[in-house]
Amino acid sequence: MTEDFREATSGPVTEEFWEATRRRLLVVQRCLACGRRQHYPRWLCTACGGTELEYAPVSGLGVVDSFTVVHRAPAPGFEPPYTVARVRLAEGPILLTHLVGDTDWTCDLPVRVAWQPLPDGRHLPVFRPARDWPRAPGR
Amino acid sequence: MTGVAIAGAAESDLGITGESVLTLQAQAVTRALADAGLVLSDVDGLATCGVSRFSATQVADYLGLRPVWTESTFAGGCAFEMYVARAAQAIEAGQCRTVVISYASNQRSARSRSLAGVVEEHTPEALFEAPYGPLYPFSYYAMAAQRYMHVFGVKREALAEVAVAARDWALLNPKAYRYGSAPLTVRDVLSAPMVSSPLTTADACLVTDGGGAVVLTSLERARDLRRAPVRVLGYGECVTNTSMAAADDLTVTGAVHSGAAAFARAGLVPGDVDVAQIYDSFTITVLLTLEGLGFCGAGEAGDFVAGGRTGPGGAFPVNTSGGGLSYNHPGQYGLLLLVEAVRQLRGECGDRQVPGAEVALAHGTGGILSAHATVLLGVDR
Repeated sequence: MTEDFREATSGPVTEEFWEATRRRLLVVQRCLACGRRQHYPRWLCTACGGTELEYAPVSGLGVVDSFTVVHRAPAPGFEPPYTVARVRLAEGPILLTHLVGDTDWTCDLPVRVAWQPLPDGRHLPVFRPARDWPRAPGR
Repeated sequence: MTGVAIAGAAESDLGITGESVLTLQAQAVTRALADAGLVLSDVDGLATCGVSRFSATQVADYLGLRPVWTESTFAGGCAFEMYVARAAQAIEAGQCRTVVISYASNQRSARSRSLAGVVEEHTPEALFEAPYGPLYPFSYYAMAAQRYMHVFGVKREALAEVAVAARDWALLNPKAYRYGSAPLTVRDVLSAPMVSSPLTTADACLVTDGGGAVVLTSLERARDLRRAPVRVLGYGECVTNTSMAAADDLTVTGAVHSGAAAFARAGLVPGDVDVAQIYDSFTITVLLTLEGLGFCGAGEAGDFVAGGRTGPGGAFPVNTSGGGLSYNHPGQYGLLLLVEAVRQLRGECGDRQVPGAEVALAHGTGGILSAHATVLLGVDR
């Protein structure tokens, strides 16, 4: 993980996402008009065009849509190998993220959010295996 | 169908040139005009990108032109297939008469290519994706390949077949960067250094200098010029995403829409295509595009390319120059797809000529499966 990643907020629309990570809370935008969730955060809802959106916590559960083990560093500060992935949240939106933990990764594997500290107190959401999901009762 | 034709086509110097971008641009433009039997002063329309912020104006200035129509849509590798559509429209509308579409890069000589790509600080991708260090565009295509193999049960070897066929074609093209090298095997591709799993260096296109240009004018006028006209039969495009998280399904690309539009405009179907030039930034790009364009069904491209079917002597010739994988890839490869398509339709390809080719397809892809544009070209019958 790069130590240079500090300027992760760029205005009111995206700030709340990153502020929530200080409390290890994953929040995703929800449209107040149509209920659709979306990520990355935007000033409008791409489903209905609505402009009233809120940040709402999500379960932190999802599945691996796809992944790739990166073997070369794109920039100073990255230390390959690491696993970049698209995770499809249980609530719908897809996040680009990292997979962590010693697992033989495959697509569609259930995962749960974990948090990697950033130097300024915020956290980067990453995902680890969640073998108790989605089959566990009560979910 | 359109009433517009490609009257000239040429490459700049290729490979490792030590030249500037504008020198390579000037080579490409002047050679394509000479091919058409035209001169610089005939040019009143210019489409190009990848030079500077004012790309078309910059090239016009360098060539001493004052065009009355320019176009610089930036859409990565498929920009030039888009320019063919715009140029055909502009010529048919009477805004200009002779359009040059050009491109050049000295990325190999200048060592200007980065594994991280270009991260623009003000974009959502810089904020939400760059922190995870994906290789751009490599890691996105790797994830597409991973998902594709998972969903359809396609074997890793099927991807490698694309690189093997490209190399076999390149061995027949003296202009190819890999001309004179050894044939590639599936085993070579799989055992090459892993970059972003499951893709190795051999699944990825070359990084070379290179460029090219094509000259468009009305079909009627093209019939009086030096070369047999190559007709612009159809075109279509679709842009889909910049974010790596935007696509709901990594295995379905904008080629579905660009291809359908191009075939509809031309009044043709995939079975009418004699030779296809399909953007091969990565091996997976070709498989997804073949399916998107309708040459085979979802998950069937592995079988479609198996056993050298798209290689020399195969039933469906693809990337007859050797492609971005083994011929040349100057960062945005789409212009060179058009050059090879034109040459195949003119029967100029020597050892790699597809006999009797009358309909050619050129399909460009830009970014991370971000932008797609299809052009159908045909001989003047």
